[in-house]
Amino acid sequence: MIPAAFEYVAPRSVAEAVALLRQHSYDAKVIAGGQSLIPMMRFRMAQPRVLVDIGRIPGLDYLREEDGFLRIGALVRHATMEHSPLIQERYPLLAATARVVADPLVRNLGTVAGSLVHADPAGDWAAALMAARAQVVAAGPDGERVIGIDDFLVDTFTTALEPDELVVEVRVPIPGPRTGGDYQKIERKVGDFATAAVAVQVTLDEAGRCQQAGIGLCAVGPITLRATAAEEALVGQPLDEATIRKAAALAAEAAQPTSDLRGSAEYKRDMVRVLTLRALRNAAA
Amino acid sequence: MGHRIAVTINGQRYEAEVEPRLLLVHFIREVAGLTGTHIGCDTTSCGACTVILNGKPIKSCTMFAVQADGCEIRTVEGLAQNGELHPIQKAFWECHGLQCGYCTPGMLMAGVALLERNPNPTEEEVRRAISGNLCRCTGYQNIVKSILRAAEMMREGAGVASGSPVGSGSPAQ
Amino acid sequence: MSATLTESPHRVLGQPIKRKEDPRFLTGQGRYLDDIKLPNMAYMAIVRSPYAHARIVSINKEPALAVPGVLAVITGEDLEKLGLAWMPTLNGDQQMVLAVGKVLFQYQEVAAVIATSREAAYDGAAAVEVEYDPLPVVVDPFKALEPDAPILREDRKEKTNHIWRWESGDKAATDKAFAEAEVVIKEKIRFPRVHPAPLEPCGCIADYNRTKNHLTLYVTSQAPHAYRTVLAMVAKLPEHQIRVISPDVGGGFGNKVPVYPGYVVAVVGSMLTGRPVKWVETRTENLASTHFARDYHMTVEIAATREGQVKALRVHTVADHGAFDAQAVPSKWPAGLFNICTGSYTFEAAHVVVDAVYTNKAPGGVAHRCSFRVTEASYLIERAMDILAQELKMDPAELRRKNLIPADKFPWKSPTGWVYDSGNYHHTLDYALNLIGYKELRKEQAEKRARGELMGIGISFFTEIVGAGPSKHFDILGIKMFDSAEIRVHPTGKAIVRLGTRHQGQGHETTYAQIVAEELGLSPDDVLVEEGDTDTAPYGLGTYASRSTPTSGAAAAMCARRIREKARKIAAHLLECGEHDLEWVDGRFQVKGAPHQSVTMQQIAFAAYTNPPPGLEPGLEATFYYDPPNLTFPYGCYIAVVDIDKGTGEVKVRRFLAVDDCGTIINPMIVQGQVHGGLTEGFAIAFMQDIVFDENGNNLVTNFTEYMLPTAVETPRWETAHTVTPSPHHPLGAKGVGESPNVGSPAAFVNAVVDALSHLGVRHIDMPITREKVWRILRNAGIDE
Repeated sequence: MIPAAFEYVAPRSVAEAVALLRQHSYDAKVIAGGQSLIPMMRFRMAQPRVLVDIGRIPGLDYLREEDGFLRIGALVRHATMEHSPLIQERYPLLAATARVVADPLVRNLGTVAGSLVHADPAGDWAAALMAARAQVVAAGPDGERVIGIDDFLVDTFTTALEPDELVVEVRVPIPGPRTGGDYQKIERKVGDFATAAVAVQVTLDEAGRCQQAGIGLCAVGPITLRATAAEEALVGQPLDEATIRKAAALAAEAAQPTSDLRGSAEYKRDMVRVLTLRALRNAAA
Repeated sequence: MGHRIAVTINGQRYEAEVEPRLLLVHFIREVAGLTGTHIGCDTTSCGACTVILNGKPIKSCTMFAVQADGCEIRTVEGLAQNGELHPIQKAFWECHGLQCGYCTPGMLMAGVALLERNPNPTEEEVRRAISGNLCRCTGYQNIVKSILRAAEMMREGAGVASGSPVGSGSPAQ
Repeated sequence: MSATLTESPHRVLGQPIKRKEDPRFLTGQGRYLDDIKLPNMAYMAIVRSPYAHARIVSINKEPALAVPGVLAVITGEDLEKLGLAWMPTLNGDQQMVLAVGKVLFQYQEVAAVIATSREAAYDGAAAVEVEYDPLPVVVDPFKALEPDAPILREDRKEKTNHIWRWESGDKAATDKAFAEAEVVIKEKIRFPRVHPAPLEPCGCIADYNRTKNHLTLYVTSQAPHAYRTVLAMVAKLPEHQIRVISPDVGGGFGNKVPVYPGYVVAVVGSMLTGRPVKWVETRTENLASTHFARDYHMTVEIAATREGQVKALRVHTVADHGAFDAQAVPSKWPAGLFNICTGSYTFEAAHVVVDAVYTNKAPGGVAHRCSFRVTEASYLIERAMDILAQELKMDPAELRRKNLIPADKFPWKSPTGWVYDSGNYHHTLDYALNLIGYKELRKEQAEKRARGELMGIGISFFTEIVGAGPSKHFDILGIKMFDSAEIRVHPTGKAIVRLGTRHQGQGHETTYAQIVAEELGLSPDDVLVEEGDTDTAPYGLGTYASRSTPTSGAAAAMCARRIREKARKIAAHLLECGEHDLEWVDGRFQVKGAPHQSVTMQQIAFAAYTNPPPGLEPGLEATFYYDPPNLTFPYGCYIAVVDIDKGTGEVKVRRFLAVDDCGTIINPMIVQGQVHGGLTEGFAIAFMQDIVFDENGNNLVTNFTEYMLPTAVETPRWETAHTVTPSPHHPLGAKGVGESPNVGSPAAFVNAVVDALSHLGVRHIDMPITREKVWRILRNAGIDE
């Protein structure tokens, strides 16, 4: 299918991009990897008048640890995360997520930041980055601001970004020692959106008790959800089977699934429980 | 509102003025006239349009041609060199890795990209690498076999010596 | 008769020759429909209905005509003036080309926009304004039959949504057997609504030349000659002025048998604009408006003895045909060959009833790797046999062994009238059970079950019915289902073969070359196979229903033999002996008892043009129209082994063995490829696919994001093997294989899953077996992670 006609601009700097967004406001749409946006445009479900391609802005594809954060530049692709030795060695949750985002070809173009900005409740990165307590750096006409992920994700396909703001970085606090994580996803086939998925990151103290816990739920609500009660049930506890089961049950309670072709609300809620069990067991291992 | 772009495909430079909404796959097929790259869906699901862009396999139906300005692209037409089939083409032929041929160019490009990154993949890695490409005819088994066979041929460097010329119907293996 | 595959005594037949068609596909030089670009070509886009049932109040073309580049907008009213608003379906009904008065399914064709570019065509289609007045929608085929259901087809005389009832078998004998039966099982089984979804969508380029009154139609067609005849009838063009070219086809699976409205509109568009008009459908158009398959709601009953001897079969089916009865089946069999549903077993009586129903859904009912409703039939009986085994507490392999048709009973006449040509079923069953290690698997299952693990083994022993067909019984719209081949041997001994079939990946260019090479003593390299151009190929009914090898393969062999008979006369002339002194040995004619005195086909061919015997017509060409004496009955035994994830309900197919018996194998490599593909489709149907509609008739499965095609990751590893029981009536003993795996495999998967859960009281699970269906069973039984 053929998108409606639009005007195309490719700014060479963040400042130029922000100026364009300010100029065109809601008529403009930012494109990075385009793996969600272009299909929507082909179906004319999205018909931006102006497409602002940030793909030609230099220096936005960095992936490095700095100042206590893993800093993911706005143009870092899913595949970069998937193949990065740094991610594979130190970020088990992000590594597990990167392997199951869409399919391997889509992962070569789609970006982490773009996925987050799309704010699809079935987006894998949003759940993973919620569990990892990430922050989003947005550049606007008045400079940059940092938004916590829970505040960033506002509603289905809606974020806290102003129309003249651009995400330039996603940052994840560098986890302490004894951090484990996992991403468990049920999909009908590779490339499908999740029926349900659960992201888990836990940090243990020297005694083996849970110091910090993050649990993000994917595709089981109008928005990516944080399983707060389940996280609280873990903190201060050893990650034994009883604690894990209790947390899994609480995670299931936190889900707000609706029935669709992927499954009934009842099934998805129970899958949140099963996937949380599995993710926590893997994270604790 | 045309944009003048230049794209290198299989080593040849193509310059054209294009509408921003022209998909890269349409540029390849209709501006460059390379119709080996196919279209099978509108949702980035099937991978019939897979090409290698700056070294990485991507779905050319989910990129605008203007985004590819200045890029290096490889398509199925660029695999064979001087009339000699690429080892992956030989392997698909030998192992019956194709039937209707429609998914084949995408499968070949996804396979080549895998082998360039990982010359010795496991069966599981091959299956994962082509999981963005759908085939309706083969059930994938012989495609997987073909890519593993190509890996073997490329490792041995035998692809050059033992290849059959295009057009022969001699018995397989 | 039967043996496992061994080295063929033939030189060419039975060899895994690399495919002759592959180099062009491997180098990007395949020529598919959308690759063709004609000078001055225009593009067409179709405006489709968002409603499943609605009156069309008005259509405003003006905004579309104002879009730069738009050349014409065509509506149903325009077609009505030309007498082209309706076209005949392949099942004796009529179908709207563009909606007239009302729409009957979501995504129905309402208007077409023709423009100088694809972009302008789509912009124009988006600009057409259509006002609808929604009508009550009928989605459920059972509700369609209720007395107060809204009547969908106001154009018909019969004011009912019931299309037809078809009965087969002996009702009285069946009722009697059931009345006397010791054991009766009954189950409701649905075969979901699925779609062939070839990777290449359907499309055409209509190129009408007004001066010559000539139409060339390039089209994705499995049956180009049938298209030509239908077009001649519909468009009222003289048939010799129509040339249908089916270029390389990117998969068909039945989807490219019917003539779709878009083709007819493109022809009209070309006539109106004087330009070639290209229409290539989108994936949504393909899934939502072209022919679906199956959607059979079946009730099956088996009467048997307590010892497990089957006696009678009773089947009632409600078939959801959508808005038009457009399924592609032979005229005499409105439910296709569904009455093969007595399967591989010695039923004494059977009674089969099918009621077809209109609903507000897209029309269809094509094969989809299934020869005329045989997949439904095979799934039904193989599921029912397992239910009977469960009822009798018998091993499903043993129950089958007890009831399989014995080898000495062939040819065997089924209670619904089919005469099975050949088979050695018990041998094939034992061969398969041994290959997979059935006894050990049952032992493993018992041990696992004791530990609370869930594992299942499923068997399907299917009988296919293909090769339509004998023309005395088989026709489509009156056109007899024979098929044809024409061979020309050139002076230097190279040959071209043209056939009325049209491959879509089946490897005809190799298989037919092997047949002709074998029969003429040539190398397959020296035989060019050509299909798909009605101006050059002899008339044929096309490629579907696994009929190519049984019909055209036979035609090619018989045609070659006709050539060989002429060659014998020339050989006798060259060797200066009598025709009867010659024998055909190793691909040449030699004088009996004097092997050194021989001539090759090359020498004969040269002589045919340079030195023909006095009185003999020069040249070496022949045509053969093959009308098969009977159908062929490939069969097989498939075994699936599955493990079930207690947490998620996921079914993992650990092993799958397919033992096929398709008679003589021409190219084992190609046959294996066909089996792999069909099994994968069967797997997808068993676990993933269903076209679902909401209560308003909205199709919820209109893209590959919702219509699930398995990737290499989900697809199981296939194990294949063969037994060979040649068909006694096919010139080569071949039976055909393309669709066997799709016919045979769904039941094996479902039987395996039910087997894994049978101790929980599970008797049947409808396809697709989603994780959730299994999960519900597990949780209801108190089983959890």
